[in-house]
Amino acid sequence: MSADQASRPAPALPPEPAASPRPRRQRPASPRRRSPLRARLRRDWPLLVMVAPGAVVLLLFHYLPVLGNIVAFQDYNPYLGDGAVQALVSSRFVGLQNFRDLFGDPAFWDALWNTLSITAFQLIFFFPLPIALAIMLNGILSPRLRGFVQTVVYLPHFFSWVLVVTFFVQMLGGAGLLSQELRDAGITPPEIMSNPDTFIVLVTAESVWKDLGWGTIVFLAALAAVDPNLYEASAVDGAGRWRRLWHITLPGLRPVIVLLLILRLGDALSVGFEQFLLQRDAVGRQAAEVLDTFVYHQSIATGDYGFGAAAGLFKAVVGLVLILAANKVAHLLGERGVYSRS
Amino acid sequence: MTTTLRPVRRRHPERPAWEEDPGVAGQTAKGAVLTAVVLAVLVPLWVVVVTSLSSRETINAAGGLVVIPRGLDLSAYRIIFSGGQISKALLISTLVTVVGTAFSLALTVLAAYGLSRPGSVWHRGLLFYFLLTFLIYPGMVPSYLVVTGLGLKDSLWSLILPGALSVFNLVVVRAFFQNIPGELLDSARIDGAGEFRILARIVLPLSRAVVAVVGLFYAVGYWNIWFTALLYIDDNEKFPIQRVLQSYLLAGQAPQSSGAAGVALPPTLAIKMAVVVVTVAPIVLVYPFVQRHFTRGVIVGAVKG
Repeated sequence: MSADQASRPAPALPPEPAASPRPRRQRPASPRRRSPLRARLRRDWPLLVMVAPGAVVLLLFHYLPVLGNIVAFQDYNPYLGDGAVQALVSSRFVGLQNFRDLFGDPAFWDALWNTLSITAFQLIFFFPLPIALAIMLNGILSPRLRGFVQTVVYLPHFFSWVLVVTFFVQMLGGAGLLSQELRDAGITPPEIMSNPDTFIVLVTAESVWKDLGWGTIVFLAALAAVDPNLYEASAVDGAGRWRRLWHITLPGLRPVIVLLLILRLGDALSVGFEQFLLQRDAVGRQAAEVLDTFVYHQSIATGDYGFGAAAGLFKAVVGLVLILAANKVAHLLGERGVYSRS
Repeated sequence: MTTTLRPVRRRHPERPAWEEDPGVAGQTAKGAVLTAVVLAVLVPLWVVVVTSLSSRETINAAGGLVVIPRGLDLSAYRIIFSGGQISKALLISTLVTVVGTAFSLALTVLAAYGLSRPGSVWHRGLLFYFLLTFLIYPGMVPSYLVVTGLGLKDSLWSLILPGALSVFNLVVVRAFFQNIPGELLDSARIDGAGEFRILARIVLPLSRAVVAVVGLFYAVGYWNIWFTALLYIDDNEKFPIQRVLQSYLLAGQAPQSSGAAGVALPPTLAIKMAVVVVTVAPIVLVYPFVQRHFTRGVIVGAVKG
């Protein structure tokens, strides 16, 4: 409240040597809170100016579209009036009709089923792989070899999905390297890139190729934080390789594993959009339509915006519930979760 | 005494004293797995590069993709860079990447610094405003309506503005800023420096690692833009490279080449592979310089924070 707290720097104070025994003037926390808003604004306005551009971008391209979800309750017609706002105002409200249509559409349930089965499949066959690879990488003793392997396996993470699918087509597709070699050897090459029955394996393989290495980073960091004395002590006590892995390494990774599981569960309705859009034509809708591609094909591609927005809103709301629920479970299990209760 | 008689396998100098030497079987299995993982990444890259540099005879002899290089033929690259749609797409992508990355980095660094001091005015509310975007996000349809409603259809800004600020990157940079000792900033403040000067003169020079990593994330994001362009760019003069790559290699539509008529065209496969190479090349060339910053501090700090 007093003037000397609000005005700074106090001009009367000479610059003091660092070793001075006087208590340092405290700036954060308590004195800040008590000063009046005007004084705090005068002091902190540059910070607000810095935050402003980012806040405006989010307002325009994030929160404005969030509000735009009212389209989901409309029979939205983009050609009413000239401009999106006019069309929004003059379109007819239809209540929950779009949602009724959505839940009555068998194609929606197919897409939901595909999405959930791919999520489950990848949780089992993809999720554990980066943990295993991280433990292997951690065991490479030569720093140079280790650095080389890391550099190589991180790389595909930075490729676009267009590139990843292109690589797979060139390697495993009908005119790809594998077919080429098999044909030379007199074997009929299997159909890999366009087979709906094995599509779930194919997309998982693509995801593994792209992100297996990148996925190890978090685990490697957690492994580096494990106290090496624990290993030494248990080795001295006669614990072998596998027992040390089970009793020291894996418990050390537990918080990270739980965190990533939560994030994955909260994202259960997203399995990657571009990856599926790119391959949907080759494999067919039956196997390759997931929720996100369903939204795209039912709205922007066909012009039925209200229906597509309803599908998108459904996905967003279920996703929010999932992440909150998963986090709750993590708290109940005594883990930190994504955010802590404050 | 006895040990000197038996041939002892040399221990790795880095191996801690308490750790037993690995068995032959375990060592072999591990080596095989790691080799397979590395080859799975390197072999496709190798084949694509070699094929793009191969002549028609080599490709015909191989019956398609070339694994073992024979000779060097640059004609595919000559076609690509001779001013057709692919050269144009490369220019567009470069422009979007450079402008977009600069713009995104500016937004991110400023907002991260503005939000880095608990106790500043409206700090909690603003932080909540930014972090809420993780939980509540708009669907594809309303975003599309907003971007087109703002008149950005067929403008290159439609590739930059909607995703210009990644709140994840913001959190990464903010965590890094908060680890800078407060005494450093306090002393600058006592010397009369304003917040902008502190950010430019003290905070940023200390944050090169995090800016490099986040800059790489943004740049890769812009370079890889595909679906956004599918949504907003109809004019194929403005297609970015990924869009061309997709329509050429996956949908099978040949790009318009320049007026290099009369020149004997190199085999289509070599041109296709050359397009792949020029799409991969910037990433492969830039990424190793930034990679060393990944593990230490940057991402990890954000994940923990």
